[in-house]
Amino acid sequence: MTSPSQTQTLPADHYLKSGWDLKSWLLTTDHKRIGLMYLVSITLMFAIGSLYAGVVRWNLLVPTGQISAEAYNKAFTAHGVVMVFFFLIPSIPATLGNFLIPLMIGAKDLAFPRINLLSWYIYVIGAALTMWALLTGGLETGWTFYTPYSTVFAESNVAVAAVGIFIAGFSSILTGLNFIVTIHKMRAPGLTWFRLPLFVWAHYATSIIQVLGTPVVAITILLVALERLFHFGFFDPNRGGDPILFQHLFWFYSHPAVYIMILPSMGVISEIVTCFSRKRIFGYSFIAMSSLAIAVIGFLVWAHHMFVTGLSVYSAMVFSALTYLVAVPSAIKTFNWTATLFRGSVQWDTPMIYVFCFIGLFLIGGLTGLFLGNLGTDVHLTDTYFVVAHFHYIMVGGAIMGYLGGLHFWWPKITGRKYVESWGKVSSLLVFVGFNLTFFPQFVLGYLGMPRRYWSYPEEFQILNVLSTAGATILGFGYIFPFSYLTHSVFRGEPAGDNPWGAKGLEWTTQSPPKTHNFDEVPVVDEEPYDYASAPKESVRV
Amino acid sequence: MNPAFPLVPVRASSVASEVDALFLFILTVTGIAAIGIWIALLYFAIRYRRRSDDERPAEIEGSLLLELTWTIVPFLLMVVMFAWGSKVFFHLNRPPDDAMTVSVVAKRWMWKLQHPTGQREVNELHVPVGRAVKLVITSEDTIHSFYVPAFRIKKDAVPGRYNMAWFQATKTGSYHLFCAEYCGTEHSRMKGTIVVMEPEEYQVWLAGGPAPESPVQLGEKLFTDLNCITCHRMDDAGRGPVLRGIFGRSVKLSSGEQIVADAAYVRESILTPAAKVVAGYQPVMPTFQGQVNEEQILALIAYIESLRIPESAAPGSARPPARTPTSGAPSR
Repeated sequence: MTSPSQTQTLPADHYLKSGWDLKSWLLTTDHKRIGLMYLVSITLMFAIGSLYAGVVRWNLLVPTGQISAEAYNKAFTAHGVVMVFFFLIPSIPATLGNFLIPLMIGAKDLAFPRINLLSWYIYVIGAALTMWALLTGGLETGWTFYTPYSTVFAESNVAVAAVGIFIAGFSSILTGLNFIVTIHKMRAPGLTWFRLPLFVWAHYATSIIQVLGTPVVAITILLVALERLFHFGFFDPNRGGDPILFQHLFWFYSHPAVYIMILPSMGVISEIVTCFSRKRIFGYSFIAMSSLAIAVIGFLVWAHHMFVTGLSVYSAMVFSALTYLVAVPSAIKTFNWTATLFRGSVQWDTPMIYVFCFIGLFLIGGLTGLFLGNLGTDVHLTDTYFVVAHFHYIMVGGAIMGYLGGLHFWWPKITGRKYVESWGKVSSLLVFVGFNLTFFPQFVLGYLGMPRRYWSYPEEFQILNVLSTAGATILGFGYIFPFSYLTHSVFRGEPAGDNPWGAKGLEWTTQSPPKTHNFDEVPVVDEEPYDYASAPKESVRV
Repeated sequence: MNPAFPLVPVRASSVASEVDALFLFILTVTGIAAIGIWIALLYFAIRYRRRSDDERPAEIEGSLLLELTWTIVPFLLMVVMFAWGSKVFFHLNRPPDDAMTVSVVAKRWMWKLQHPTGQREVNELHVPVGRAVKLVITSEDTIHSFYVPAFRIKKDAVPGRYNMAWFQATKTGSYHLFCAEYCGTEHSRMKGTIVVMEPEEYQVWLAGGPAPESPVQLGEKLFTDLNCITCHRMDDAGRGPVLRGIFGRSVKLSSGEQIVADAAYVRESILTPAAKVVAGYQPVMPTFQGQVNEEQILALIAYIESLRIPESAAPGSARPPARTPTSGAPSR
């Protein structure tokens, strides 16, 4: 950020000033305030999930383990459950999506403001119940709840945790429903579908998955709880059930869930990459349609998690082929983002650095997926650290990099203030280095044959595990930094002005922070998205 | 095992080099793609970095030709990966006909293995080099996974199912056997060793202990001891179907359905006899649930399989017998 802003002051009236007491927050229906409440909640869950990750990495420093096997199994389960269900799935949609979608389409709120508040309460209840289960007795099934282990053999709080996740699922369904209706019905005059920001397209695709997929996993998890409590024979082979049926039902949602995590992040990348190269996005319609293609084909690839369960050879082939098919739209997006930089005016600010990190790491995550979708190599690699590394490159290298990039990009809009740019750069570097050092060695570990979810391991795997733990330590610091300087900026940051990056998009045409009703009058859109070339020079800096 | 700092796991089976060749192919293609994109990204980001705040780059809308190129080229490369992978997968799932069958029963937290000649082992499996070994894998409790990295094979042990894997060791030595599917507290200690020996040594090893009963012999004995033989007589005067020659053949059920009498069906018939009754018989058989364990069921299956009539003599054996027990046993 280079804009001289000594003269900037915060606007006299904005959404944060509509009350500071608890009631004004807990009963708000303002999508911006609900977005912030989600931000605080998921940041707390992220911190808890990270602590569990720290326990896991600490244990794996030595081949014989440092804590008990029971404690280790509970730690990796808690890490997975908290991160997947209570951080990654709500992350971008519930915070940035909530905050930005009405602003981006020129609306004053989401279609159902009270349902939006309800979804936050449901999330908090689900999270509280699950945390209670984790802290009183814990959970040692792995986040995947595989049967018959979870329904017959586990000796922990499976039923309570399952009910917590079941409840939280409704929060996700309601948010998705709210977004779909809002995007259909509340766009400003002139804002046609193909003028929508790609962030909105990405959230539209995500919402479809949330609405169609979440009920399936919710029911499946409930069946686990029922079988545990009342000994039904859904999955227990000794009662006539089929344990593999659970895996089909679970992955039918949980593979598309990966796209719930990554699609919004891809939307963020499209917004940032255009702003910081001051160019229209390369291949707008290809990026928009590839989001939908991912959402649709993503529902048809679930059994690639099950190639070694005894799945028949021919159905394995079908799922492998569809898995390769879903890789194509991701490739299209990556090429288009890179091409957007070509002959642009590229500014290396913190959000853009996160974009570089995203593309670099998502690329590795996506390409290593080709090893796992492949029938020949998956047999050796599945259920090893190769898989662990692969999905962390997608979920952390992809989803979280996009989340951090987006948070930095829209921070001046959300708070009206600037963070210290140099701190942003340092922490993005720490995150990048720490992340790669943590997870790259795990690809090698997996190829060498170290199975995942191992509390102890043969000695020849130690060097790579030590490297990974060292990387996790750096990564931890990389996360503490933004938390500190962003919090600091809320109170002490310089006022940022309405549009500090010179960005296009309706959210930048209103004041920072926006008023409770977002716009003084309904904006009318008469230009194509990302129309940076026609922007008059003086309008770039407000 | 190489104690130093290996980057490639030991290759000790006939399929290992096939899997590794495929791995290397995908690694090369994806490596070139990744490096290409990184270079383009960094080059553009540096070459076109903003030098003045007044810059207004000319618009480029996109290019249909480029979009088609970077859709079709990756797609074609992926078709090759898919086809190659499928070929390897077929090989991994089709054991040679002369393979020796070792039964694997997983249990928290140990591997119980039995040789075709009857020798039993726990967490250790001795096999001759150069001989194909077919594994029939099941579990007594929860799901486990039989994983030998040096052989590049892995197959889940699923309770109630018989999964199949096979390998042909190419190098003598000791190799890790891991459980790769999380199964509880001692999951990471559910490990074992595959000891690959010269064939002569293997014969010596086999002769080492007291002469054991083979699974077929044990099964025959159980068949008498459990009084199966009272109803399943060798002539057709019994109350149950004649089992001679039935294994691997198609039978008609009282529901009218046709089903192949494979290992999974025999197992089901022992444990829940009323589920699928052969046409023309009454559902009078009692369940043997709780009276036989997984290993005894495997022995009974082996015995019934041994009653198979040689191909040429069997009536109506045009249909190839379902190889026992096949991978992907029918799921319900």
